[in-house]
Amino acid sequence: MTSKIERRAGLLTAVCFAVAMGAMPAAAQEELRIGFIAPMTGPFAQVGKDMNDGLSMYMEEVNGTFGGTKVKIIVEDSQAKPDTAVTKAKKLILEDHVQMFIGGVLASEGYALAPVSTAEKTVYVSSIAAADDLTQRQLGNYPYFIRTGWTSSQPHQPLGQWACDQGYKKIIAVAADYAFGYEVVGGFQKVFEDCGGKIVQKIWPPLGTKDFGPYIPTFKSDADAIFSLMVGPMPLQFPKQVRASGWTKPIIGGGTSYDESVLPFMSDEVIGDVSALQYSAGLQTPKNEAFVKTYRAKYGKVPSYFSESNYTTAMMIDAVMKQTKGAWPGPEAFIAKMAALKVDAPRGPVSFDDMRNPVQDIYIKKVEKTKMFGYDKDELWNVVIKTYPAVSQFWTYGKDAFLKQPVYSRDFPPCKNCE
Amino acid sequence: MSMSRDRVKILIVVVALAVVALLVPHATSFVILLTTRALAFSILVMSLDLLLGFTGLASLGQAAYLGVGAYLTAILAARYQIGLGYDFWLVVVFGMLGAAALAALFGLLATRATGVYFLMITLALGQCVWGLAYRWNSLTGGDNGINLQHRPKFGIDLANQVTFFYVVLGFFAVSLLVLYTIVRSPFGRSLVGIREREPRMKILGYNTWLHKYLAFIIAGAFGGLSGVLWAHTAGIVSPENVVLTTSVDALLMAVLGGAGTLVGGVIGAGVVLFIREYLSTLVHWWQYVLGGVYVLVILYLPGGLMSIPGRVRQWRGAAEFGSRAELGGSSALRVGVVKQRE
Repeated sequence: MTSKIERRAGLLTAVCFAVAMGAMPAAAQEELRIGFIAPMTGPFAQVGKDMNDGLSMYMEEVNGTFGGTKVKIIVEDSQAKPDTAVTKAKKLILEDHVQMFIGGVLASEGYALAPVSTAEKTVYVSSIAAADDLTQRQLGNYPYFIRTGWTSSQPHQPLGQWACDQGYKKIIAVAADYAFGYEVVGGFQKVFEDCGGKIVQKIWPPLGTKDFGPYIPTFKSDADAIFSLMVGPMPLQFPKQVRASGWTKPIIGGGTSYDESVLPFMSDEVIGDVSALQYSAGLQTPKNEAFVKTYRAKYGKVPSYFSESNYTTAMMIDAVMKQTKGAWPGPEAFIAKMAALKVDAPRGPVSFDDMRNPVQDIYIKKVEKTKMFGYDKDELWNVVIKTYPAVSQFWTYGKDAFLKQPVYSRDFPPCKNCE
Repeated sequence: MSMSRDRVKILIVVVALAVVALLVPHATSFVILLTTRALAFSILVMSLDLLLGFTGLASLGQAAYLGVGAYLTAILAARYQIGLGYDFWLVVVFGMLGAAALAALFGLLATRATGVYFLMITLALGQCVWGLAYRWNSLTGGDNGINLQHRPKFGIDLANQVTFFYVVLGFFAVSLLVLYTIVRSPFGRSLVGIREREPRMKILGYNTWLHKYLAFIIAGAFGGLSGVLWAHTAGIVSPENVVLTTSVDALLMAVLGGAGTLVGGVIGAGVVLFIREYLSTLVHWWQYVLGGVYVLVILYLPGGLMSIPGRVRQWRGAAEFGSRAELGGSSALRVGVVKQRE
């Protein structure tokens, strides 16, 4: 009996040693190591692929070096879960000794990753996660955080102005029921109502809703337009079902309702719908045309803002590393140098405000079926119909006045014109 | 014979825990982190095993109790700065009591049913908790969840990874001991009796409903403890922690490790978390490995990974005696045999 126990204990010890020895010594620090956290599996895998392709494309263009220093990109799958994103970020920091990490898709991932950057004194560059408060009321908690993408409300405040300028008086808001939806609708509503419009109804279908049948009959028929904010599988269903119900008035939407991660899979009923974002694949500048053509030839798909944002993020990091001639300047100096950058990206000129969020052009885009950039087939494109130049996250309110109001939520701005 | 075999088992577990306690701190920080996560989560899996393995009630809502413990910890810490010093112990007690109270409420509804109906009711109740976590924005932060900026500090600083690992290991060992004592007590024996044949227990005069109800509450309390530790391990609490898939994870881990063994829970949790969080950093086809492990275990090891030693014994015995027919096999198989004899 004893010998059996001993044998078992011996086996266990061996297994545990094997685990412990799996620990490998850290690699020498002559290269720049960047962690990239994106969903590679699960419902957001397509978005994760776009993000990764955008980054890879830039890395190939510069032969994998920034300012002469070899760059190692370590990709980790967040499964679009905040918890997993945190574990993966810690793995990147503790195991791979990365100098910075990029990524996170959902606002909840951004909120989960930012404290990790503070605790581990590691730079976190948010290329997609758009939660407003990370670069607004909570920025003070995150000294190693910078955003290269957008805040949820940033493009939708100008869209509110645009809608008002079209003469719309009453609009129904239909948006996914979570923080991103609240912030998008909040930004749109604030500006639209300050301009004299009225949000007459707010409807919050749960995230991931595919059947809008129960909501459509409740739409107020005297409204001039619908403002929708759809994400994931939702945008493919919403316009189809609303049009099928006989709604002929305009539908406008938040950026993710019509962006190029879903547009190629949509059908003709979305033609004429309008949305706003800091990027459109249909942006007619030589820089974007070249970007779209190269990207499409390489990955077989039109780039979405997910692709562009990560391409541009790599471009910005490269710009900082060129300034330092390839030497890692340390997290504080890196953040300071990056926040002072001005780059000319496929999306247009981008600089940063003093809260480390991009100041960039916002495009009002209309879905049209057309031939673009010499492609020979008629396809759906987000054609830019109006550009608001150099838009900051505070729109025209000014930083101080903006930060005095609470973060946009389900209850703010209040729906005072709803009955 | 049976006594000495139990002693051997206990000895193995104690040695294994000691080995983990001695070796893991020398591994990389990431391995320490993953081990801590596995230990914290396996308390939830063991709590579920009390229902699944010993009482025969498959619950699909166990994550709700983890949620109560985790949200309680996060809300108290983020809003009121409670639980970051010596009052951490108070939060542990609150977390367990809060989860037990919720289990006492849910148990009134759930324990009336058995089998698939019990599964459905616990699923529905679990989703109610998820709905609250997701929609009660002012309290839970909705989809964004709540961040815990700091870990408690009371003489020892839990921000230190190794210290925190030992604390979680300590909680795990105590939970294992308490749960083991419970299942070995007359109360625990009655639960097994209920699992095997509830009408017979009723005829013998046992209040089977009360037994199940109490087991449900005890399981809830340990789920709450797991939640308190999980909140500090992950540093973020979000609806993801109480969503259905977390409950399913716990159930799969219990089955994978071996239902009705308690320690199987930590093995199941270890294997699943290792594949999902460590193997996934090495290869992109980790999901096939995880799926393969599930399928193979269900097909060939219905008693879970814990039944491997029994299987090996059986196989050896068969080789020695040249006959397979006489053998009892693993505990799970024995259960099957007992059932057939009835």
